[in-house]
Amino acid sequence: MNAIRYETPRSVAEAVRLMAADSGARVLAGGTDLLVQFRTGVRQPSAFVDVKRIPELMSIVIDDQGLRLGAAASAAVIAEHRELRRLWPGLAESVRLIGSMQIQGRGSVGGNLCNASPAADTTCALIVNRALCLIAGPNGERTVPVDSFCVGPGRTVLEPGELLVAVRVPRPAARTADAYLRLIPRTEMDIAVAGAGVSVTLDAAGVCTAARVAIGAVAPTAVRVPEAEQALIGSPLDEGALKRAAAAASSAARPIDDKRGTATYRRTVAGVLTRRAAAIAAARARQGNGHE
Amino acid sequence: MSKLHIETTVNREPAEFLCDPHETLLSALRNGLGLTGTKEGCATGDCGACSVLLDGRLVPACLVLAPEAHGRTITTIEGLSRGDALHPLQQKFLEHAALQCGICTPGFLVAAKALLDANPNPSEAETRFWLAGNLCRCTGYDKIIRAVLDAASDMKGSAV
Repeated sequence: MNAIRYETPRSVAEAVRLMAADSGARVLAGGTDLLVQFRTGVRQPSAFVDVKRIPELMSIVIDDQGLRLGAAASAAVIAEHRELRRLWPGLAESVRLIGSMQIQGRGSVGGNLCNASPAADTTCALIVNRALCLIAGPNGERTVPVDSFCVGPGRTVLEPGELLVAVRVPRPAARTADAYLRLIPRTEMDIAVAGAGVSVTLDAAGVCTAARVAIGAVAPTAVRVPEAEQALIGSPLDEGALKRAAAAASSAARPIDDKRGTATYRRTVAGVLTRRAAAIAAARARQGNGHE
Repeated sequence: MSKLHIETTVNREPAEFLCDPHETLLSALRNGLGLTGTKEGCATGDCGACSVLLDGRLVPACLVLAPEAHGRTITTIEGLSRGDALHPLQQKFLEHAALQCGICTPGFLVAAKALLDANPNPSEAETRFWLAGNLCRCTGYDKIIRAVLDAASDMKGSAV
């Protein structure tokens, strides 16, 4: 084995230079996927580029525009952020479902995205919150909507030398709220059989004027379900609308059979979780979540 | 392969060690610094046996690279007691016989300390969720939970 390097860039520009100069270099954030892949021989990087000493990748900033979440900020730090929890309770829920407290002390939203597991809990929550991925690379910066960041299991739009710097989430409109649910056979510490995220916006009369629905672990990537969104928009989010959204989510699911569940079961569960998450998001929006 | 020289703080004392760039913090603690209280269970972040605090944050030492410790502060199981005085959690684990083979015990104690640092008065459910990442294959969970809750109760009002 050739010598593996350990690098600690202090700026995004320095990290990009390191990544661009060595195609075998891998970004090290929390290491909860990369170091397991390294230990089990799945990946043999030529260098670990530890991005946790770059302030932009570690900071969480909420301003009038919304949230700028550093890609390497740990799940534990995110979960402790009161303002983030208040404005995006569903996103916070998705972060707090990842692994154990130990894993949450290391794992990051950026890492969850870049690992590109179809079952990644945070991805659905980011999609329904209209998140943008801020990417830096040798040719400068670009932004990619989070729903097109992952292109398949373990694959993203990142080009050689590129680095996910942060995700940006716009501030929720009035009477807007999100929710995320997943199903696992245990109460904790497992990978989703299926997941669903929902965000809804209500008008003053309680009619849904905007909605986002995304389902996870039921296709090669987490997917947005516009048909489920259409079932919610224009309704008072009554039982009939929620059931139509559930049916749309089930029919949009393209699951596989594996050890975590059969395709048939997953398809059903994706709908059930969509209905329940929509009900939670609706209740939060009616309570004026984030806008007291 | 050239070794990296890492200067860090372990259990309130300055410490330094040499490590390979891809070595884990778990390996550096055990082999570099001789702190063998931190155990290796799965080595893939699933079992919690190697739990340590990194800048006060609960992490699995098997998923931290040793050079990441440079300039940071680490607390291991060896840092819980003060001299001969056991930490209340350690005392309660003894009183409740909250261990059998003992391999998982240091990880449970460090994780429980992190819990009580963050939440001095946890409910049983909060305690069970917090410790879900620590596996005990002797299946002693109930006594462990009782010991942690008893320690929390005893520690109320006393700064430890």
